[in-house]
Amino acid sequence: MDQFLQQTLSGLANGAIYASLALAVVMIYQAIDHFNFAQGEMAMFSTFIAWQLIAWGAPYWVAFLVCLAISFIGGMAIERIIFAPIHDAPALSHVVVFIALTLIFNAMAGFTWEFTIKEFPSPFPAELPFKTTLIGPHELGIVGITLIMLGLIYVFFRFTPVGLAMRAAAASPDSALLVGISVKKMLGLGWGLAAAIGAVAGMMIAPVVFLEPNMMLGILLYGFAGAVVGGLTSPGGAVVGGFLMGVLENLAGAYVIGSELKLTFALVVIVTVLLFRPAGLFGRVVVQRV
Amino acid sequence: MAFLEVKGLEAFYGHTQALHGLDFELEEGGITTILGANGAGKTTTLRSICGMVRINGSISFDGGALDGQATENIVRKGIAHVPEGRGTFVRVTTEENLRLGAYTVKNSKAIANGMERVYGYFPRLKERRNQQAGTLSGGEQQMLAVGRALMLQPRLMLLDEPSFGLAPLIVKELFEILHTINREEKVSMLLVEQNATLALNLADHAYLLETGRVVMSGTSDDIASDESVRQSYLGY
Repeated sequence: MDQFLQQTLSGLANGAIYASLALAVVMIYQAIDHFNFAQGEMAMFSTFIAWQLIAWGAPYWVAFLVCLAISFIGGMAIERIIFAPIHDAPALSHVVVFIALTLIFNAMAGFTWEFTIKEFPSPFPAELPFKTTLIGPHELGIVGITLIMLGLIYVFFRFTPVGLAMRAAAASPDSALLVGISVKKMLGLGWGLAAAIGAVAGMMIAPVVFLEPNMMLGILLYGFAGAVVGGLTSPGGAVVGGFLMGVLENLAGAYVIGSELKLTFALVVIVTVLLFRPAGLFGRVVVQRV
Repeated sequence: MAFLEVKGLEAFYGHTQALHGLDFELEEGGITTILGANGAGKTTTLRSICGMVRINGSISFDGGALDGQATENIVRKGIAHVPEGRGTFVRVTTEENLRLGAYTVKNSKAIANGMERVYGYFPRLKERRNQQAGTLSGGEQQMLAVGRALMLQPRLMLLDEPSFGLAPLIVKELFEILHTINREEKVSMLLVEQNATLALNLADHAYLLETGRVVMSGTSDDIASDESVRQSYLGY
């Protein structure tokens, strides 16, 4: 029983990372109808930036915040420089550009910081103030930080005019223009936010998997699985899907398939969901009368 | 100079030219209608004013040029477009639709007042304020589109076939409200309609469009009494 609880709780910690990435992917998917394959490498690159800042002597939380700001601006720049010009291009062009971005970020990180693995600090205390063997301090910290971030994002989209405008611009760009919303700006903001969310995920998982240019590969795969399970049209669903994948991964790894087939497991989930329930668990079917 | 002045307007979809040198104008506070059959270029004319198609020619509004400007900036000058198909933000609530309409209005008190005014014109929208807007009926969505346009505190409203697909009673009610809005809120209107009888009743001036060209213009009364218009557009 203890092992089951332990696996579930540490699954939630991984799930928090998957949930963040799933959310970032879904946000961009909602805005431009394409799947951002480069989300993981963007997050990895952001994490390297934070690592560099810390190496230069910045305190952790300063590096954390500066990294968020840089990632946000970087995300906006990627949208403006690369994706705005190909906005009307076919899906395959987008896929090619996403793959290119993935490789470019990977190579740039390797070129700048080398491919050797690096330690990335955890901002959380080494011991919990209470005694438990069920969850480690960093894992608990991951869940906490992620929940705070998700809460802020929820409040932003639900209760602020800009959040509402972003949702409107993603769902009905023409109507959004006609009420005076700059759809371009909203797209840029969306990319910036997605990049910042990814950066948080990267910084949170780096102490666990160690920092190196390929660290996000498996993680992004689980993020994708979370997004697909939850539904690509549902940000909330993607978050739930991400947490679910974290727990499933751990339980399947502990009781069913062992750790060698972990990545295969994610792919099997993706294929199964796409075959039998393409809208995902929470992907909503919009009711519309005409 | 007229409030809205359009000169030599040509519009293009890719290589296809949809408008071939349109001239028309609209006086402040007036209601002008553009009549014509399917494909005459009515919707394109409205989309041209809002910068949503590629155009040649000049469009001036209250003395400033609109041509070449981005849609969101044109809107900010006080031009509210009630688009073909109503443009409902289907996945948010009725009230959020109205809030979106007031996106360019920064004063929260003005937004609250606007909301009350819209609910005054359209009590049905108030009943459905928390309902997902995509589930409203066609008539309610059209009311919402007009309401959303009003939230912008517009000086000019562009109305694209507001009667389309609605029951006659609802159309009658809607056009009465448009008339009130024009009179009491001093909102000028450019109305595109296939239902010529309806449009000529509401408007003071009319232009007749055929395949992207103005073929006739005048006061609504003159147009309504013209023999050929009566036969081709009014159907009696």
